[in-house]
Amino acid sequence: MSDPIKVYPSKPKKVYFYGTCLIDLFYPDAGMAGIQLLEREGIEVLFPEDQTCCGQPAFTSGYHDDARAVARSQLDLFPEDWPIVVPSGSCGGMMRKHYPDLFKGTPDDVRAAEIAGRVWELTDFLLNACHIKLTDLGDPATVAMHTSCSARREMGVGTVGPALLGQLDNVELVEQVRAEECCGFGGTFAVRHPEISGAMVSEKVATLVESGARNFVTTDCGCLMNIDGYAEKNRQPMKGQHILSFLWQRTNPKSEEAHDD
Amino acid sequence: MSSRNAILQRLRHRSGGELTAPACDFSVLKRPDWSTAEKVDLFQRMIESVHGEVHRTTDADWVDRVAELLKTRGAGNLLISKASSIGQTLRKEAGTREDLPDLLVYDEAIEHWQPELFNTVDAGITSTRGGIAETGSLILWPSADEPRLMSLVPPIHIAVLYASELYGTFHEAMLAQRWHEKMPTNALLVSGPSKTADIEQTLAYGVHGPKELIVLIIE
Amino acid sequence: MMTDNSPPLHKIDVKQFHPRARAAIHNPQIRQNFRKAMDGLMSKRTAAFEGMDLETLRDLGSNIRMRALANLPDLLEQLEQKLTENGIKVHWALDADEACKIVRDICVARDAKSVIKGKSMVSEEMELNHYLQERGIEALESDLGEYIVQLADETPSHIIMPAIHKNTGEISQLLHDKTGTDLSSDVNYLTASARLQLREKFRNADVGVSGVNFAVAETGTLCLVENEGNGRMTTTVPPCHIAVTGIEKVVPNLEDITGLLALLTRSATGQHITTYFNMISGPRKADELDGPEEVHVVLVDNGRSSIYQDDQLLDTLKCIRCGACMNHCPVYTRVGGHAYGTTYPGPIGKILMPHLIGLDEGQHLPSASSLCGACGEVCPVKIPIPDLLVRLRQESVDGDKLHPAKVRGHGSKRNSVEAMIWKGWGWMHAKPGLYRLGTGIAAKFRNLQPGRLGGWTQYRTAPKLAPKTLHQRMKERQQ
Repeated sequence: MSDPIKVYPSKPKKVYFYGTCLIDLFYPDAGMAGIQLLEREGIEVLFPEDQTCCGQPAFTSGYHDDARAVARSQLDLFPEDWPIVVPSGSCGGMMRKHYPDLFKGTPDDVRAAEIAGRVWELTDFLLNACHIKLTDLGDPATVAMHTSCSARREMGVGTVGPALLGQLDNVELVEQVRAEECCGFGGTFAVRHPEISGAMVSEKVATLVESGARNFVTTDCGCLMNIDGYAEKNRQPMKGQHILSFLWQRTNPKSEEAHDD
Repeated sequence: MSSRNAILQRLRHRSGGELTAPACDFSVLKRPDWSTAEKVDLFQRMIESVHGEVHRTTDADWVDRVAELLKTRGAGNLLISKASSIGQTLRKEAGTREDLPDLLVYDEAIEHWQPELFNTVDAGITSTRGGIAETGSLILWPSADEPRLMSLVPPIHIAVLYASELYGTFHEAMLAQRWHEKMPTNALLVSGPSKTADIEQTLAYGVHGPKELIVLIIE
Repeated sequence: MMTDNSPPLHKIDVKQFHPRARAAIHNPQIRQNFRKAMDGLMSKRTAAFEGMDLETLRDLGSNIRMRALANLPDLLEQLEQKLTENGIKVHWALDADEACKIVRDICVARDAKSVIKGKSMVSEEMELNHYLQERGIEALESDLGEYIVQLADETPSHIIMPAIHKNTGEISQLLHDKTGTDLSSDVNYLTASARLQLREKFRNADVGVSGVNFAVAETGTLCLVENEGNGRMTTTVPPCHIAVTGIEKVVPNLEDITGLLALLTRSATGQHITTYFNMISGPRKADELDGPEEVHVVLVDNGRSSIYQDDQLLDTLKCIRCGACMNHCPVYTRVGGHAYGTTYPGPIGKILMPHLIGLDEGQHLPSASSLCGACGEVCPVKIPIPDLLVRLRQESVDGDKLHPAKVRGHGSKRNSVEAMIWKGWGWMHAKPGLYRLGTGIAAKFRNLQPGRLGGWTQYRTAPKLAPKTLHQRMKERQQ
């Protein structure tokens, strides 16, 4: 359940950047884009070298001992009182919403709750803590926003993506029907219940194509690989990008290099 | 140990320990202080949206209205209560006018005349204990004098509602009328004619309860 | 015409969820019916709550239910006392079987041969109809949706709209085959035929059985919502009325009803109120002319007192059975209610059924969710359904030594291979140096990544490992 009232910090001097394991392995450009967007705002980005994974895959599978072991190693990464920005609604949600419960009754109780309170989804942070102002340097484009379930419901950032895209003058944002319906990723759900997941992503791609867009953006790599992967396999005219990559490319004159995001 | 005691014991000695009861703030249910006219308008709109029929009338005219309504529907009889003012007024009127259908009085236990009630009664008329504007609901408190089936079995139910007895919300009505002090055998909120959407979500009226609900609002 | 012919509940193997789900997904009629129905119910709900402070109303709903649960044993005793004072006989049943026996015994004592039923999910849980029928007592459903489903020898596929999986054409054929009604696509005609058929039954039934939406301890009152009028018929016409209810349905004060009713009908079908809201506080009094001479209440535990033991799982008992969760569930929309194979389908089914049938029987239920959270977002009493699903997943695999599992059948989904995989995963990810080494190698040898990854690549291309991890690029940047 999302915070009813969020109290954003004012723009800080530094932030901890928690890249997430999916970005690390599959979409590092999105991570770089996020870091560059923050640095352009004049913020020093601290990238703790020992970051691995927030522990969510094991957590949602019910293996809480293993999730806790991994999460505990991550609690050590944020000793100073800087905000922790996460380029993912899902991992952000894990840390902000579930770390306190995961560590309740353990010696890391207080520390985990304190860290959870400093976690922000990155686009939310850029918009509402940094008050970022984007200048669009790109050609006219049409795009759809896929807000992940965790971004929408756990992190409460459903309006952030559209707000940021709205700042880009040459970008037309179209909306797919049933935009709030899950794309079917759900982490291990996609492999435990492949047909149900397949049925969900199939409809998600169909509604995205129907919207008139040929591209979509999202804060979550799980959704990205899910929707992109389905579209590619089924030769549907839909290609996705992490929203951070999209925002960086549209607003940075020098970004022409090939990207993997 | 009886099942009762086994259940209560399990509940009393829960492993989780004592539970705290949160406070309940009902102010979210409050609606604006509507005037009687506003409440009548809202009530009418709500109940008409679900195929209820509303006629605004007065103490002087409501019998005329009843006669007209039943005549257009070809109703041959009307079920009334014995002692209520509605029943008494209708019986008195029936003595001097031709346009009312036959009046049947519900004054015998249902076991004595169940087939007739189900098969031959065209309409029933009952009083109400007021209504609720927000949801377009009538408050019915069946009694020895106005039995439960009067407003359920006949295909037409006419209900007499006094505009001055319209409340804004259920919460308001329940507290103003102090229901918690004594509940009757059966109390009801009736908010339209009987209906169903069980066949492919298509609305159909008059399933088991009355097919028509006619509300006479006495202003 | 493809139909969904499900066997009666007692013959269903709940564990066979996967093949049933698969069949439903590939059944165009089920997909179409449910998509259309759920879309309609979702938009009606949204419209009904417009202009209201929904979040504060949900807080009230949650608090009302929690206040009741906090005092449950005392409230049940108070309810029993008040009901008894009002002339209503109170019975307690530890499990479904005992509850069935109580109903049967009342019928036998009255020499009852026919029972007419109002809608009651608890009676479905009890499989009451089947129990009575086996013992020579006819049990006929009177709610139109339940009537249809009973004629088809099926179980309800939705807790509010039992026949939601059927088209008008199918229903017409069914009514024709079973009751001689003329074939017709006119819903009014079909409804009128059902009305006639059931009227006979109301008049002649020996006993009426109903459920209970809310039971009020303060006044000893049973509350029922309905649109058709069959609930009022069932609880007024037969000389004996038996109400069956779960023990969690009691609330302390009559006032509580106002908050819960405001949430229930809008959440369920988008109605501001149902046609009838029926409040029963006793049998026919000496001077009254109709109503049952005998009224009974059966308070059914059937696993609820077990749920009650745990602070987190307790939230499950707040449920007021509105069905909003399944209306908004993307999984339910695609597989329909019968795929679950349980009395309660959808999200509430997934968190409730494991307590009623055990986590071994219900082992696929907690994982059949993407944890999208749509259910928790619309639950009128704020049950944190996704959190409870995760908790049940943990219970399924005995996955937390700090919180030893308690639910019946816990650990049944634990298998040593998966446990080892997570152990290995955990070991690698808790050791940052090892993680960087492992992921660095994976990136380097990404061309060796398998193209087929089981369930994933059945529908999608495999995700592509980047040539350099973010770690590696950040390291280079610092140099």
